[in-house]
Amino acid sequence: MRTSNLLLYGFVALVLAWLIIPIIIIVPMSFSSARFLTFPPPSWSLRWYEAYLGNAAWMQATRVSLIVSVSSAILATVLGTAAAYALNMTSSRLVRSLQMLLLLPLVVPIVITAVGVFLVYAQVGLLASMTGLILANMMLGLPYVVISVLVGLRKFDATQEMVSRSLGMNRLRTFFVVTLPQIRPSVISGMLFAFISAIDETVVSLFISGGEYQTLTKRMFTALRDEIDPTIAAISSLLTAISFILVMLVALNARSADRKQGKVA
Amino acid sequence: MTTSTSNPSMQHDRREQRLMLLLLAPALLVIVSLLIVPLVWLAWQSIWQDGGFTVINYQRFLTDSVYWMTFLQTFRIAVVVTLVTLLLGYPVAYVAAALPQRWSVLVLAMVLLPFWTSVLVRAYAWLILLQRTGIVNSALKNAGLIDTPLLLINNEFGTVMATIHILLPFMVLPLYATMKKIPPELTMAGASLGGSPSHVFTRIFLPLSLPGMIAGMVLVFVLTLGFYITPELLGGGRTYMVSMLVSRNIQVYNEWGAASSISVVLMLCVFLIFRLASLLIPFERIMGTR
Repeated sequence: MRTSNLLLYGFVALVLAWLIIPIIIIVPMSFSSARFLTFPPPSWSLRWYEAYLGNAAWMQATRVSLIVSVSSAILATVLGTAAAYALNMTSSRLVRSLQMLLLLPLVVPIVITAVGVFLVYAQVGLLASMTGLILANMMLGLPYVVISVLVGLRKFDATQEMVSRSLGMNRLRTFFVVTLPQIRPSVISGMLFAFISAIDETVVSLFISGGEYQTLTKRMFTALRDEIDPTIAAISSLLTAISFILVMLVALNARSADRKQGKVA
Repeated sequence: MTTSTSNPSMQHDRREQRLMLLLLAPALLVIVSLLIVPLVWLAWQSIWQDGGFTVINYQRFLTDSVYWMTFLQTFRIAVVVTLVTLLLGYPVAYVAAALPQRWSVLVLAMVLLPFWTSVLVRAYAWLILLQRTGIVNSALKNAGLIDTPLLLINNEFGTVMATIHILLPFMVLPLYATMKKIPPELTMAGASLGGSPSHVFTRIFLPLSLPGMIAGMVLVFVLTLGFYITPELLGGGRTYMVSMLVSRNIQVYNEWGAASSISVVLMLCVFLIFRLASLLIPFERIMGTR
C-alpha cells in the first residue's frame, strides 16, 4: 500500500514536471547572450528583449494584438453575459438548444473556422483589418464567457430578482443592482479567459490578418517557420508571464468570491 | 393558442420568452454569421462547381492516396494522443482529487498554467527542447548516452509529444471534476466491507469516474483531429495532418473545392464523435457547463 502510493505520487510528480518544465525553460533561454539556444546559456543578456522592443514591426504587431484582445474580450463579455443570463432564466427547450450553438466555436476545428471566416471576410472586405480581427476573436471568446457566467448563475438564487421586481425595481436595474454584483467573479473570469484566448489565437489570424494589421502570434509563427530566432523566446516569456498573471487573477477572484459567499451562508 | 392568449400568465410567459430571445440574439448573430454561414458555404462549395453539381471533390477521397493517408495518419495520431493523455492524466486527476485542498490547488495550478499558455509558445518550447542542438540532445550527449543527436523533431514523434503536452489538461480537468464528485464514503464503505484497495478501485471508483474519462477522451480526440500548429512546426512536412491538407489546398494550390470537401468530412467526423459520445453522457457534461 505505502510503496504503491509512493509510486503513484512519484509518477504524478514526474508528469507535472514534464508539463511545466518546457514552459519555464523558455525564460532562461530568453536571457541568453548567444544566437543559438543552448542550455544553460553561456552568459546572460537582455539583447533579445532589446531586439523585440527596438523592432518597429514587432511593436506594431504587439499593438494590434493588444487592441484586438482587449476589445474582443469586452465585446464577448457583454454579448456572452446577456446570452448566458437568457439561457439560465428560461426553461424553454428552444432556447436551451441554442446553448449548443453558442459553444460551437470550441467544437469546430480551428482551421475550418479560419477558412470559413476567411471566406466571409473576402466577400465583405474585412480581410487584413482591425475590425475583422476583433469580430473573429469576439466569436472565439464567446463560449468562455457563456460557460463561466452560466456556472456563476447556477449558484445565484433567481427568486431574489423576483423579490426586487415585486418591490418595484425594473428588470434592467434589478440585473445591475441585484444580479450582476453576485455573479461578477464569473463575469470577470469569463472576460479574462476571452482575453487570453484572443491574445494567444494564431490560426485564424494566419488566414485573416495581414499587412499593417498582423497579430503578434502571426508574426511569431512566420518567424518560427524560417528560423528559431531567440527574439521569439523573449516574446514567449512575456506572453507566458501575461497568462500566468491572468490565471492568478482568476484564481484570486474565485477565492474572494467563495469567501464572500461563505460569509452570506 | 388562441385560448392561451387570454390567460395573463401565459401572456407573461411569452413576453418573457421574447425578452430572453432578444438577449440571446446578438451572440447568436455573431455565431451564425461567422461560423454557421461559413460552414454551410463550405459544404455548398464542395458540391457545386462551375455552375453544376459535382462529386469530384469527394471522389478524391477514394482515388487520391494523399487524402485517405492523411486522414489515416491523423486518426492514428489522435488515438495515440488520446490513450497517452488518459494514461498520464488519470493518475494526476486522481491525486489532485484525493489530496487535501492546499495541495490539490497546487497540482491544479500546475495543470492550469500550461492550459492557459499559448499553444504557439508551447510548440516553440518543444522545438527548443527537441531540436538537433536542443537541450534534450545535448544532455544525452553529455551523459554519454548517444554520439549523434537523435532526430526528435521534423517527424511524428515531435508532433505527438507536443500535442500530448498541449492536450493533457483537457484530459485532467474533466476527470478531476468527476472524481471530486465521487463521495469518499463509497470507497470507504467498500474497503470496510473487506474489499482490497485494487478491488475497491476497479469496482467502485473506476466505473464512477467513467463519465470524466469519456469527456476527456472525446475532447482530446476531437481537438487532435483539428490540430494545426504542432504538426506544422514540429512535423517537418513529414507529419501531414488533415488541417494542413486544408490550409495547403487554399494557401498553396488555391483549390477551394478540395479544401471545402476535406473540411466537410473532418466536420462530419467531429460531429459523429460528439453524437456517439452524447449517447453515453450529455453534451453539456463534455463541455463542462454542467
